[in-house]
Amino acid sequence: MIQMIDIRNAEKTFVMHLQGGISLPVVRNVSFHVAPGECVVLSGPSGAGKSSILKMIFGNYRCDGGVIGVRHKGDVVDIATAEPRQVLNVRRDTIGYVSQFLRAVPRVAAIDVVAEPLLAAGVVREEAQARAGVLLRRLNIPERLWKLPPSTFSGGEQQRVNIARGFISDLPILLLDEPTASLDAANRAMVVELVAEKKRAGVAMVAIVHDDEVRHLIADRLVDVTSFAAAAA
Amino acid sequence: MLDVTVSSTAPTVRAPANDEPLLVAENLGKSYGRLAACRDVSFELYSGEVLAIVGESGSGKSTLLQMLSGQLTPGTGSVSYRMRDGVTRNLAEMGEAERRFLFRTDWGFVHQDPAMGLRMAVSAGANVGERLMAVGQNHYGKIRDTATSWLERVEISADRIDDAPRTYSGGMRQRLQIARNLVTEPRLVFMDEPTGGLDVSVQARLLDMMRTLVSELGLSAIVVTHDLAVARLLSHRVMVMQGGRVIETGLTDQVLDDPREPYTQLLVSSILPA
Amino acid sequence: MNAPTYNFAYLDEQTKRMIRRAILKAIAIPGYQVPFASREMPMPYGWGTGGVQVTAAILGPVDKLKVIDQGSDDTTNAISIRKFFEKTAGVAVTTNTNDATVIQTRHRIPEATLQAHQVLVYQVPIPEPLRFLEPRETETRRMHALGEYGLIHVKLYEDIARFGHIATAYAYPVKVNARYVMDPSPTPKFDNPKMNNSAALQLFGAGREKRIYAIPPYTSVVSLDFEDHPFEPYKHKACCALCNAEDSYLDEIVTDNKGSRMFVCSDTDYCETRQSQGHRGSENAAPYAESANA
Repeated sequence: MIQMIDIRNAEKTFVMHLQGGISLPVVRNVSFHVAPGECVVLSGPSGAGKSSILKMIFGNYRCDGGVIGVRHKGDVVDIATAEPRQVLNVRRDTIGYVSQFLRAVPRVAAIDVVAEPLLAAGVVREEAQARAGVLLRRLNIPERLWKLPPSTFSGGEQQRVNIARGFISDLPILLLDEPTASLDAANRAMVVELVAEKKRAGVAMVAIVHDDEVRHLIADRLVDVTSFAAAAA
Repeated sequence: MLDVTVSSTAPTVRAPANDEPLLVAENLGKSYGRLAACRDVSFELYSGEVLAIVGESGSGKSTLLQMLSGQLTPGTGSVSYRMRDGVTRNLAEMGEAERRFLFRTDWGFVHQDPAMGLRMAVSAGANVGERLMAVGQNHYGKIRDTATSWLERVEISADRIDDAPRTYSGGMRQRLQIARNLVTEPRLVFMDEPTGGLDVSVQARLLDMMRTLVSELGLSAIVVTHDLAVARLLSHRVMVMQGGRVIETGLTDQVLDDPREPYTQLLVSSILPA
Repeated sequence: MNAPTYNFAYLDEQTKRMIRRAILKAIAIPGYQVPFASREMPMPYGWGTGGVQVTAAILGPVDKLKVIDQGSDDTTNAISIRKFFEKTAGVAVTTNTNDATVIQTRHRIPEATLQAHQVLVYQVPIPEPLRFLEPRETETRRMHALGEYGLIHVKLYEDIARFGHIATAYAYPVKVNARYVMDPSPTPKFDNPKMNNSAALQLFGAGREKRIYAIPPYTSVVSLDFEDHPFEPYKHKACCALCNAEDSYLDEIVTDNKGSRMFVCSDTDYCETRQSQGHRGSENAAPYAESANA
């Protein structure tokens, strides 16, 4: 079986120069893999380093050791050592990141925020907007809001816009950082449904989910992060 | 902990048509007497990439920008640029005429102070049209049409086309300067603190517009800024400068969310929360 | 009758050599502004010190000098310069365009077509055509050197944007010999076509700005314009009230406080020659027949 993500002995330590140069080891010996169509949920208490691992896979945090192998267009790219522009290519064509926070760009309409990943991938505007509209509708964003910039929306609406933006792409890997946090039951169910669709499409996913019910519904496998954190301690 | 919201707001890099770097800097350095304003700077910029150079005043970022854009002769090292014909040339080996032609056709330069980059007493239309006339366009109606469409693109109402920029607000002047630079469809734009001196709300609008233009036109850009928010919104990559040296470089969100060097950590931690 | 204290034509011979060198260089590079060591002259700047120095440097005892100011031989400026050379060089002077070998002018080109044996000397206040758009001399010189002339069209663009047509009526920029953009001094643009392919040598002297430039005989001089706004020489839509000429550049003369006006030829020699040939305009008091036979 070809793995989409194959992490071996990855580690991360923060050195806080402003606090006398103290080292804060976050994770060590992180090793797991994710196959296409599989959703791996990272488990463990707060502060165990779940988010850090997700960010290391995305290239947002540097990796201090080990290998983060990602299958990108038929090749394996090691995110831990890749050049910045290679990481950008991986983000454009392979890895999507869905967080619960929307970093809204001022003055861009919600529908365009959602459609942007498709436009970047070369989809024509009409089709991209049509698909964005479908997703926004499924996530219960009223159509009258679509033309407004999401910075004016409520927190829950912003979160759902961000989820739509994350799920619209056809990327083969998705990283989900608490996508259902603070959503109501109907929208939670919709996210579960979206994840299931992605699985059927062969998308490999790594998720952090605190809601036990959602975790139960989407997880194919749990990876306990405590062991990585313990190793670091 | 630092702000750890993952973000990738910078415009997406388009797949490059040609995988050779657009601009290459090698061991660039410049000293003024005993003061080394800039030392050992090397990097490659690829087509469609936006690079931010951040650092405090006096860190050497403006000196570097001047050398990169051929306005200052480097003390050491060289800058090469891949011309429109695909041939990579060393700037120092180009004639002045060729370098100046490059500067007003395939390059743009956006100054912090629009008065430096605009002709303040000449109408907006002529400001935008000047580069076209410089490359030999000789049809008033067409020049004016092009200028009008560029003014609209930078959100300046077409009925202001005959007004001189000295009647414009600061934000409008800066947008006009951008239109003036982009009218010849340059492939590389240098920007020196493009949002400096503008109100915060005006900055946001300008940044958003620049972000859209960069991605629509597939521009490459080198942006000097001390404002990390500008770097985050516009750039793919960041170089952090201190004391004339590049001390840290990498993906923008990586450097800003996971800064490694003491000075970068200080810079990032000094941002006022929005 | 040289005044004993003056060298021929006022300037000392070393100064003339220096100016002649500048003139030769200017002729060799048509339209290029050659710096020269402009001297103090016994008249204020703006009264033609540049033109006077050029004239002094080229004048010989056999020359016949004509001086015009706005086309007229009998204004203060024209008369005083003419007298200056009568006194310091003792040359013959004339008001007749065809008789003159050297014509010094302020802001006009005579209507009569100039011939190969004639030299036209222009008094120039500001030689740099790019000056009002680019104040730095270092930059304008570089622009000339590299042939970067986009800026000059900015001025024409501004005219059209503001007035709907190219409203520049004098000092209208030209390109000389397909290379240098030149300010033809504040001549009305009506005169621009006369510069093109002229048989006479044209010399330009700017005393305060210390520049000399030239158009050699039979050199192309093209007025700059836009494809959709071509160059048009402007003149008042009238004919001369004295000689009835339809092809000459006209001055407007206000005749009373009620707005009455008349148009007359700016070139007085041309007008008088025509009148002597019997041409009569609407305001001319002399009877037709009498002069027609004269």
